[in-house]
Amino acid sequence: MWRDNLRGIYYIALKDMRTYYLKPPSVSWGIIFPVAWILAFYLRNPRGFEELVPGLIAMTILFSTTAAEAVVINFELRLGSLERLLLAPISLPSVLLGKVLGGAIFGLLMVTVVTISSALTLGLHPNIPCLILIVIPSLFVFSSLGALLCVLVKEVFEAQTLLNLPRFIMIFLCGVIYPVSAMPKVLQYFAYVMPLTYTVDGLRRAFSATSSTMVFADTLVLMGFFVLFILPAIKLLYKKFE
Amino acid sequence: MGNDLVIQASGLTKFYGELLAVDHINFEVKRGEIFGLLGPNGAGKTTTIRMLTGLSKPTEGKASVLGFDVGSEIVKIKRHIGVVPEISNLYDELSAFDNLMFMAQLYGVPRSQRRKRAEELLKIFGLYERKDSPFRALSRGMKRALTIAAGMIHNPKILFLDEPTVGLDVVAARSLRNLIANLRQQGMTIFLTTHYLKEADLLCDRVAIMVKGRIIKTGSPVSLKAEVEKESVIELSFDRDISELLEDLSNRFPGVKVVAVEPNKVRIYGGIPANIYDNVFRFAKNKGIEIQSVNSIKPTLEDAFIKITGLSPTIMAIEKGGRHNVAR
Repeated sequence: MWRDNLRGIYYIALKDMRTYYLKPPSVSWGIIFPVAWILAFYLRNPRGFEELVPGLIAMTILFSTTAAEAVVINFELRLGSLERLLLAPISLPSVLLGKVLGGAIFGLLMVTVVTISSALTLGLHPNIPCLILIVIPSLFVFSSLGALLCVLVKEVFEAQTLLNLPRFIMIFLCGVIYPVSAMPKVLQYFAYVMPLTYTVDGLRRAFSATSSTMVFADTLVLMGFFVLFILPAIKLLYKKFE
Repeated sequence: MGNDLVIQASGLTKFYGELLAVDHINFEVKRGEIFGLLGPNGAGKTTTIRMLTGLSKPTEGKASVLGFDVGSEIVKIKRHIGVVPEISNLYDELSAFDNLMFMAQLYGVPRSQRRKRAEELLKIFGLYERKDSPFRALSRGMKRALTIAAGMIHNPKILFLDEPTVGLDVVAARSLRNLIANLRQQGMTIFLTTHYLKEADLLCDRVAIMVKGRIIKTGSPVSLKAEVEKESVIELSFDRDISELLEDLSNRFPGVKVVAVEPNKVRIYGGIPANIYDNVFRFAKNKGIEIQSVNSIKPTLEDAFIKITGLSPTIMAIEKGGRHNVAR
């Protein structure tokens, strides 16, 4: 049974990569948007661009994982092809995890490109294990957030609209551009209930080679967010097929 | 449970909110037969298939497929069944061959057999020449055939077909029916739903007639027709629409069923033919309408359906979305 489920997760992710992710709209939304955003800040203040790299990577994670994730489930629900997956001898959570894995793998490809090119261009030497400890759970967190928002609504455009709200709130409040500690106390409280704060914090630590214990703490919190997003997403998807 | 019964449903019921879609239905399907669920759109046929294949939870009742309970052992069931939904729902971006390969991967067909099985099915369904064409580029008939092929990639013991020929032209529908008949000859059990009476008559070993969520009669097309054959069936054509006069005409024949098959055409089931002719001619004279033709006809499954359900065959011709189907 578990082998069937693992096989299903793997092949669904692989199929989604071929059919949705490695297509120009996903690639452009996943990479071009964060790069353009950061470039705007760089042009305003070219000094200290290294400071923006963790934020750039965090935004790439956020946008690349959610770009298609918030579309594919409702899109397939509409076409009836999600039912085809559910007719296979695998569980419904496995189908959803396959979808989430697809988003996470695509995000990983995008993040790898952005991280390597930033590190080479600016001569940065991040702590690779710490980087992995933050990037991998973050990819799953935001991919499952996309899946959750997708199953919350019925239409593809509704999911995209709904997703823009947390995306942009997180860009401003989670330390991508301004450090959380420099924000008013009230906004800091908001920042700490958003997962991107922990991604940015972990990435900053990975790039500055400071305390790795705190990176573990960020990883744990991110894993908590993953559970917080994926469980209701599974429940909501079950509801659609009651 | 007898080994010959591969599907059993007992009191199977489904509510969607307040709407009762399937109402305590009972039926059995034998190994190797083509069993048809026949009824108009909205009768609950698709909901029944969805409950049997794990896409929808029954509100009440029990059902088993191949001895496994649909409520608690659905994954075991899915290993042995193939499902072809009403909508051809493969992936537009993938080629015919890649769609089959993906299904083979999903169903755990051994790696060494995947390619061979996919190619074999493409040949059986006459799609081998189009194996590299994206699904979206195939004709409606080809899409349907490929969707059935996808449902068979793992050699299922039972194939569920939901309205297999809906939306196909006459030639494609005929070719698909031949394919379905061939599958039965290979020993596969087929559970299909249809609202085409002719299709049920041609393909099914047994049919269950379903109306408004309930199964009202089960039997072979031959036995259902035999029920009507005992009685006379007279078809009358008039020179104009007699819909408004139908009740008046029915009242002249107590205990006999009068059904409009077209606005200007009725069929009269049962009664003594001599009395019927006499009464009908008097009725036409009184109303000032002209009888264009009178035929004594050999009953078809359509006549059995009309007799059993009291529904007009025009209801069966209504497709989803309210379109009328042309004669197939």
